[in-house]
Amino acid sequence: MSIEDRKVKLVLGFAADRQEVELTIPDEEPTPWDLESKFSVVGGKHARVDALAKVTGRAKYTHDINLPGMLFGGFARCPHAAAEITSVDAAEALLVPGVKAAIPMTQDRVRYAGQPVCALAATTRQALAAGIAKVQAVYKVLPHAARIDQAMADAAPLVHRNQQSNLSGSGQPRNAETVAAELEKSAKVVRATARTQVQTHASMETHSSVAKWDGDKLTLWTSTQATFGVRSQVADALRIPEANITVICDFMGGGFGSKFGAGYFTAIAARLAQECGAPVKIALDRREEHTDTGNRPDSIQEMALGVSTDGKLGAYSVKIHGTPGIGRGAGARNPMIYDFPREMRAVAQVEVATNAGPQAAMRAPGHPQGSFALETIMDLAAEAIGMDPLEFRRINDSNPVRLQQYSDGAKRIGWEQRRKNGSATGRFRRGMGVGSSTWGGLGGPQAEVDCKIFRDGSVQVRNGAQDIGTGAKTVMAVVVAEELGLPLTKVSAFMGNTSDPIGPASGGSTTAPSIAPAARQAAYLAGRELKALVAKHLGVNADKLLMKAGRISTAEGKGLAFEEACRLIQSGEISARGKRRSNFRTYRDGVAGVQFAEVEVDCEYGLVRVVRIVALQDAGIIINRLQAESQVNGGVIQGLAYALMEERVMDRQRGHQLNADFEAYKVPGMKDMPEIECVLYDIANGGNNTSVCGIGEPTCIPTASAIAGAIHNAIGARVLSLPMTADKVLAALAQRESGK
Amino acid sequence: METALKLNVNGEVRQVLAPANHSLLEVLRERCGLTGTKHGCELGECGACTVLLDGEPVLACLVLAVECEDRRVETVEGLSNGAALHPLQQAFADLGAAQCGYCTPGMLMTAKALLDSNPLASEMEVREALAGNLCRCTGYWKIVEAVQWAGRMSTGDMVPPQCLRERNAAGGCSHG
Repeated sequence: MSIEDRKVKLVLGFAADRQEVELTIPDEEPTPWDLESKFSVVGGKHARVDALAKVTGRAKYTHDINLPGMLFGGFARCPHAAAEITSVDAAEALLVPGVKAAIPMTQDRVRYAGQPVCALAATTRQALAAGIAKVQAVYKVLPHAARIDQAMADAAPLVHRNQQSNLSGSGQPRNAETVAAELEKSAKVVRATARTQVQTHASMETHSSVAKWDGDKLTLWTSTQATFGVRSQVADALRIPEANITVICDFMGGGFGSKFGAGYFTAIAARLAQECGAPVKIALDRREEHTDTGNRPDSIQEMALGVSTDGKLGAYSVKIHGTPGIGRGAGARNPMIYDFPREMRAVAQVEVATNAGPQAAMRAPGHPQGSFALETIMDLAAEAIGMDPLEFRRINDSNPVRLQQYSDGAKRIGWEQRRKNGSATGRFRRGMGVGSSTWGGLGGPQAEVDCKIFRDGSVQVRNGAQDIGTGAKTVMAVVVAEELGLPLTKVSAFMGNTSDPIGPASGGSTTAPSIAPAARQAAYLAGRELKALVAKHLGVNADKLLMKAGRISTAEGKGLAFEEACRLIQSGEISARGKRRSNFRTYRDGVAGVQFAEVEVDCEYGLVRVVRIVALQDAGIIINRLQAESQVNGGVIQGLAYALMEERVMDRQRGHQLNADFEAYKVPGMKDMPEIECVLYDIANGGNNTSVCGIGEPTCIPTASAIAGAIHNAIGARVLSLPMTADKVLAALAQRESGK
Repeated sequence: METALKLNVNGEVRQVLAPANHSLLEVLRERCGLTGTKHGCELGECGACTVLLDGEPVLACLVLAVECEDRRVETVEGLSNGAALHPLQQAFADLGAAQCGYCTPGMLMTAKALLDSNPLASEMEVREALAGNLCRCTGYWKIVEAVQWAGRMSTGDMVPPQCLRERNAAGGCSHG
């Protein structure tokens, strides 16, 4: 403990589970907010600080950047799912009026339909299309395996030339023998195989970049979740100094994990721009967005679960197959939400390479897949031992937050009115289901924020990472307003330019918990300088001054209005930089969530209507309730889509995606929404000086599981495969009928 | 080969040169500098490019600019009256109906067409009218709420929704 450090006492947790902790805090850190903190701005419902730009059309997205003399870039793509490239010739394309440059992509083999083989730049989009049509590529077509069943078949064509098999994985998992022996002894063993589909991110703004050179300096506008990541990746690709690159992302139209990387198109845009001496924009079209920007891998999960007659979980084994396309990383995370004895889990992961576009992280990577399987086996086990599925979860879940959520959610959905599985009759049958989630979302270092206080009393907060629509800018502004005792209108927030201080990639629900604490520290330090000026001016002790309700004053009221205080600033502005520290003691090591679903199944047509979702979510201390609710609604609707609608369909013969659009790839619309009841908890999770945790990802995890449970309850049969479309519902019903 | 077009956009007559095969979306965004209207799919499937043509919502990616001569085109840029926001814009901002904001202009224009003829639209009427406008972020409810509130605000028929009441009581209101 240095001489400047101080000890503070905090209350972490929530009303039903308070934990008092003592921490040592360095001098430059404000005392962390906790359960006892009283807020005037934090936790309110605030319009986004950039809402006006968005509703007036002034907000500029990468797609909207049009520069003088700008060219349009795009790609000739291979129509075959697997082929050797004999030659790619752009000579004829370059004769098309308006086509300015062509860069063949150096490779000798293509492994999925739609893989780019040559990049072009042209003066108009029409000239670009004409040029692309003239690229002469000669292929030797190879057999392909675009679907998981094709890739797993005996003698399947090999996706990767240098591998003996399309399958690669963990082999015999840890604990396999113990688990097998324990399953033998279990009072009850339930077995099932769950399947999930490939889902695409389908952001409203497609992947896009605009590249502009000014001498050896490069400016990139790009629709990204990682401005700083793009800077370093493009520097690597072009072998130029990072110092020469500025990445700008003022507004962006969704990413959901697909926009972490710079993408091949960003470096290509820069190379085309260099070659042509003009700015180049590359904006992928909707088909390219579906086929070539990532996806959530599918899965086949074979499970066995042992339970005791009194409902305690025993051994659990699961073997997971999943397809990353030609990429890597297809693991369905089995979230292990419930209290499985640690040595009683055996998880085997097998990746199945397919001739399809590479996977990319998608909102809670691995978790919705794992959740669907885990909650399926939980429901089947509860049914097998004749226990209520909610009660079964309660007795096997020791997380105090989720226990509270089970109880609150049951009341809100009316769980006591739930009937036994399959006891509903008639054409329209209702049922209820439940699912749980766990997520990290604690954030960490590598975030710095500048806070400036100007002589006119205005305040600015800046970070160079991006606000991908979640509202990160507003989160910073709220935190700064709270710290300085100002209304939110006094604070301007800027993000999305790598000239500003370093910030995180927006992933893992870590943006808010990474930048908010740095923003608070910056405001604290800037405020402290201002307080010192006021203290000197009034002849009071700076430590006695509080910043509240637009004033800087002592408890007795001696002080100045914030604006008056700012006029004491001699140098024009006070500027302070906050740095995100490592996490300190947390209440829990992640956030907890539970969702309940009520559905109505039309047993004649197999159609499922989700009547209601009750979503109960922990996200630490809520900073802006309006945004948090929106994140819950958005997560639920993507989860509902995963449950019932969205599925990438690959053609067995040609290996193309058959539904690379919005007509056949069904993204939910306004008429697909259920009633959503959103219950947020203010939980002082500690870890950082704001106690905020991420909320973007966990909310989409358990929705499909809860809906699956509700369908099961309604029709008395389990649909084991996502999406739970009418054909599968009718098949499950028919199987139940024939089993009688 | 470019054609001279006379377009009436947001009440302003503009002379633009554009190839006859260019869509209204391309001409608005690339020739008129009006990028508020968004490019989502160019397949007529997402609604992001919705503008009003003689008061009716159309998908600008499926309409040729040459078809729009002597007709009234309204885009999001023309929605406010100077600094005064249209009630829809105010409601979308205040109620958090714009998240990433990319679908917002299309939502606003479709909603305007609805409210112009039916300011007291029911929840189901709003959902029906906006069924062709996709949004990937918000989960839609805040959009429905904002459209209904805007309609009622313009007829002076409704108290502010709960969240605004809370905020007004707390003395804070914000967007900048």
